[in-house]
Amino acid sequence: MELLVASAIGVMTAAGMYLVLRLRTFPVILGMSLLTYAVNVFLFASGRLTIGAPPILRDGVTTYTDPLPQALVLTAIVISFGMTAVVVMIGLGAYLGSDDDHVDDAPVPRTSEPEDPA
Amino acid sequence: MSLFFIVALPFLGALLPGVMNAAGRSSCAGVTFTVSLSAFVGLLTNLPAILRGEVVKARIAWMPELGLDATFMLDGLGFFFAFLILGIGLLIIAYGRHYLSRDDNMGEFFTYLLLFQGAMVGIVLSDNILLLLVFWELTSLSSFLLIGYWKHLPEGRQGARMALTVTGMGGLAMIGGMLILGQIVGSYDLSVILQNRDLIQADPLYLPALILILLGCFTKSAQFPFHFWLPHAMAAPTPVSAYLHSATMVKAGIFLMARMWPALAGTTEWFVIVTSAGLITMVIGAVIALFKHDLKALLAFSTVSQLGLITMLLGTGTAFGAMAAMFHILNHATFKAALFMSAGIVDHEAHTRDIRRLGGLRHLMPVTFTIATIGALSIAGIPFLNGFLSKEMMLEEMTRTVMFDSPLLVPVLATIGSLFSAAYCFRFVGHTFLGPVRDDYPSKPHDPNPGMWMPPAILAVLVVVIGTAPFLAEPFVKLVTASVLGIEAEVPKSYIKIWHGLVPALYLSVIALLGGLVLMLIFNPLLRLWDAMPRPEAKTIFDAIVAASVSAARALTFTLHNGSFTRYAMIGAIAILAAGYHAWITGSVGTPTRAVQAAGPVPIAGWAMLVAASLGLVLLHRNRFLSLIFIGIVGLMVSIGFVYLSAPDLAMTQFTVEVVTIILLLLALNFLPNRTPVESTTLRRVRDASVAVASGLATFALAYHYLLRDAVGTPISEFHLANSYKGGGGTNVVNVILVDFRGFDTYGEIIVLGIAALLIFALTETLLRGPVRARLLNRVPDQPRAGDMHPMMMVVVTRVLMPVVLMVGFYIFLRGHNEPGGGFIAGLIVSIAVVMQYMASGFSWATARLRYPYHGIIGAGVLIAGFTGIGSWFVAKPFLTSDFTYVRIPPFEKFELATAALFDLGVFLAVVGAVMLSLESFSRLARRASSQDSEHPMDIDPSREEGALAPDGTKPEAG
Repeated sequence: MELLVASAIGVMTAAGMYLVLRLRTFPVILGMSLLTYAVNVFLFASGRLTIGAPPILRDGVTTYTDPLPQALVLTAIVISFGMTAVVVMIGLGAYLGSDDDHVDDAPVPRTSEPEDPA
Repeated sequence: MSLFFIVALPFLGALLPGVMNAAGRSSCAGVTFTVSLSAFVGLLTNLPAILRGEVVKARIAWMPELGLDATFMLDGLGFFFAFLILGIGLLIIAYGRHYLSRDDNMGEFFTYLLLFQGAMVGIVLSDNILLLLVFWELTSLSSFLLIGYWKHLPEGRQGARMALTVTGMGGLAMIGGMLILGQIVGSYDLSVILQNRDLIQADPLYLPALILILLGCFTKSAQFPFHFWLPHAMAAPTPVSAYLHSATMVKAGIFLMARMWPALAGTTEWFVIVTSAGLITMVIGAVIALFKHDLKALLAFSTVSQLGLITMLLGTGTAFGAMAAMFHILNHATFKAALFMSAGIVDHEAHTRDIRRLGGLRHLMPVTFTIATIGALSIAGIPFLNGFLSKEMMLEEMTRTVMFDSPLLVPVLATIGSLFSAAYCFRFVGHTFLGPVRDDYPSKPHDPNPGMWMPPAILAVLVVVIGTAPFLAEPFVKLVTASVLGIEAEVPKSYIKIWHGLVPALYLSVIALLGGLVLMLIFNPLLRLWDAMPRPEAKTIFDAIVAASVSAARALTFTLHNGSFTRYAMIGAIAILAAGYHAWITGSVGTPTRAVQAAGPVPIAGWAMLVAASLGLVLLHRNRFLSLIFIGIVGLMVSIGFVYLSAPDLAMTQFTVEVVTIILLLLALNFLPNRTPVESTTLRRVRDASVAVASGLATFALAYHYLLRDAVGTPISEFHLANSYKGGGGTNVVNVILVDFRGFDTYGEIIVLGIAALLIFALTETLLRGPVRARLLNRVPDQPRAGDMHPMMMVVVTRVLMPVVLMVGFYIFLRGHNEPGGGFIAGLIVSIAVVMQYMASGFSWATARLRYPYHGIIGAGVLIAGFTGIGSWFVAKPFLTSDFTYVRIPPFEKFELATAALFDLGVFLAVVGAVMLSLESFSRLARRASSQDSEHPMDIDPSREEGALAPDGTKPEAG
C-alpha cells in the first residue's frame, strides 16, 4: 500500500513537472493541477496510511487516522480550485489580448534603463 | 513625568503640525514648540532625582519572548543628551519658523522634525538595546526625510539618499553587533550588559561585536572613512543642519560609544580603533574645512573634525578622557548650533553662502557678526570661551597618550588638527565679516528680525558664560561623566579651570593659535597648492560603488528573471532538488518502524488507472480535450484513494472540486486553441523529462521513506481526537478542526478564496472593457455550434434534480459536525446544482433569476464567520471560541446547536459565492462572444407558441 501511494505521488509529480515546463498556458495549468494532486496526497500521507479508520468518533472505537492533515488538505483542495481559476483567467486574458498563449515573454533586451537624474 | 510620555510626546505631537498647517505658520510653529516644551519640562521634572544620583526607570513587557521590552532609563548621560536634544530643539523650532519661506510646507517640516526628535529621545532613554536599535533606524529614516525636505533640489535628494545609505548600512552592522552582545550576556537590557564588562571582553566574539557596533557609531557620527556623507547632507535647510548635523544626530554615535563605554572600552582593540579613527577624522576634517568656500560645507567639515576629537577622547579609555569628551559635547552643541544658525542667517539675508562673494558684513549685520565670532573663536580655542576649556583638556589628555610606542605621534597630530581648526575659524570670521563692505552681494544683507537671531544669541551667551565661569558647568559634567563610567569613584578630581599654570597643554594651545594665524596669512598660496593637489572625491567613489552594485544586481536579476516562466520553474525545481539532496546526504536515516500494509487487487487497479492516466496525459497532452478526460481520471482516482484511506471528507471535497474544475477548464477551452502545437526540440524535451523524472523520484523517495516511519515527535492530533467531542461538540474530528480548533485558519482561507473570485471578476471586467471586447464580438467560433443549444431533456432533468441536490447539500451541511460533510463540501454541491441550471438554460436565463449577487454572498459568508468569531468577545473569550448545547424539541430527537455551525454557514456561503462568481465570470466572456443566447429556458418548448413569446418583454416566472 505504501509503495502504491508513494509511487503515485512520484508519477503525478513527474508528469506535472514535465507539463509545467511546456511552452503553452494550457498544459502548464494542467501540470500545476497534477502537482496540486501530488502535493495534496503527499500532505495527506504525512498522517500515515490507515485503512478503515476514519476520524469520526464512535463509541468503543479507539483507532482513528490522523485528522489534522486531512483538515489542512481539505482547505488546500478548495483554495487550489480558486488559484487554478485565477491562473486560467490570467492565461485566457493574455491569450485573448494578444492571440498568443506562450508562457514565456520574448527575451528582454539587455539595455540598461537611463539612470534617475536625481 | 513618566519616561514613556517624554518619548511618546514628540511622536504623538508629530500629528499636529500637519493639521495646524491651515491655521497659519505661527500656529504651526507654536504647536510644535509647545509639544517640545512639554517634553522638555517633563524631562526637567526628573532632574532632582538625577541630581540625587538616582536612575529613573520605566518598563512595560512588550515581546518578552524576543527579549524586547519597552524599557526606558534616565541617568546623567541620558539626561544630558535628552536635555541637548529637547533644549536645542526648542531653539531650532523658533529659528525655523522665521527661516522657512512661505513656499515651504511648514507642517510637513515640523512633522518630520518632531519624528526625529522623538527618535533621538528614544535612543538616549532606551534601556533595551533592541528598542534602541528601533529608534536608531527611526533617526536614519526621519533624517532622510529632513535632508531631502527640499524635494525640488537634486543635491537635497542625492544627499538624503547618501546619508540614508551610509547610516542605514551602519545601522545594519550595529544590529549584528548588538545581537552578538545580547547573546554573550544573555540579556538585551542595557543595564545588565553594562555590568558584565569582564564577561563581554573575555568572549571570543568581543572583537566582531565591537567592530560591528563601532561601524554603526562611526557611520552615524561621520567618522573617517564614512565622513563624506555629512557635507552632502548640508543640502538640507539650515535648521536641519544646525539640529541634526551639529547638536543631535551625529552625536548619536558618540552617545552610543559613551553609553557602551563601561562594557566595551578599556581594551587595546577599543583604543586602537576608536582613537585612530577619531584622530584621522579630526585632522582630515580640519584640513578640508579650511579650503571649503561654502559656509555650510566649511562648518560641516568642522563638525566632522570636532566629532573626531570627541571620538578620540573616548578612545583613550581613561576617566579624564571621558570627562573631556562630555564637556566638549556640551560646548560643541552650543557653539556649533550657533554657528550653523549664523551661517543660515547670512545665507537668508545675502542669498549666498559662498565665502568668496562675502566679506565686510561686520558693518551690515553687527548682531550676526557678534554671535558668529563668539562661536568661531570658541572653536579656535580663545580663552574665556568654552571651547578653550575643553580643547585644553583634550590636549592635556593627548600629551599623556602613547600610541604605537610613540609619545609624540598623538600630541603632534592633535596639535596639527587644532591648528587647522583655528585657521578655518579665523577664515570663517575674516572672510565673511571683516574686510571692506562690498557692493556686489546678491541681496542687500541686514540683520534679521529677533526671532531669527535670538536662538543663536542664547547659545552664544552660554558659550561665554561657561567659558568665564566653568565652575557652573562642572558639577553637571562630573555627574554625566560618572554615569558614563558607571562608577562614581573613578571620576577625576581635577577641576575645570581657565588657568592651570604653565602646563604643556597651554603651550600646545598657543602653538595652535599662532599657527592658525600664520596659515591665514599664507592662505592664498596654500589654496592654490590645495587646488592643484589631486585628491579622491568621496562622492565619485560612492556613486561608482552604488552604480557597480546596481549593475551587479541588475545582471543577476535579468539572468534569473528574464520573463521566461519555464526558466523560473526550472530554477525552482532544480534548487529544491539540490536542497533536498543536500539534506539527504548530510542527514541520518532511521530504520523503518512501520510495517508495509498489503494492497488488495482493487487498490492496485486504481493505482494502475492513475498511473496510466498520468502517463496518457503527458503523452497526449497536445489534444486538449483528451487531456481533460485524463486529468478527470486522475482526480477521480485520488478521490477514491481518499475514501479507501479513511478520509471521507477529503474524498467528497476532491470529487466536487473535480467537477467544477473540469467545467472551468471546458469554459476556458471554448476560447483557447484545442491543440498544443509541437514546438520544443527533442533535446529540450529530454532535458525537461529528466528534471521531471528526478522530481518524481525525489518525491517518491521522500514519501516512501516517511510512510514507513512513525512521526519523530508526538502528533498533536491526539489532542484533537481527545477534545473534539468534549470541547467542540462534534464527532467528525476533521470538521471540528476546521470550524473550531483551527477556525482562524479557515477564516483566512475563505477570505483568500473570496479574493481569488473577486480577482477573476475584476479581470473579466477589465477584459470586457478593453480591446478584447471587440475581438470577442467579431470572433467566429472554431467549432460548429450545436443546433440545440439548450436541449429540452437536459433542462427537464436539471430542474428535477435541483431541489434534490439542494436537499443533499443541506443534509451534508447539517451532518457535517458529526459525520463526513460540512460547509466546504455543501457549498461545492450547491454550486454544482446552480451551475447545472446555467449549463442547461444558458447564462441570460439564469442571470435573470439570480436574486443576490455573488459578491454579496461572498461578503455575507465572510461577515457571518467574522461576527460569529467576534461574538465570543462578548462573553470575554478569545476570537472564535465556540460553544454548543443540546436541545430537544418534541417530537424530534435531541440535537445539537453549536456556534460552530454558524461559522460553517459563513464558510458555506463564501464557497458558493466564490465558485459561482468564478464560473459566472468565465461564462460572461463566452456570452460576449456568441450573442445568440436567448431568454428562454429551452430552444424548443412545447408549451410555448412561436410568435407569442412575451410580447411585452416581461420575463417568464422563475421556475
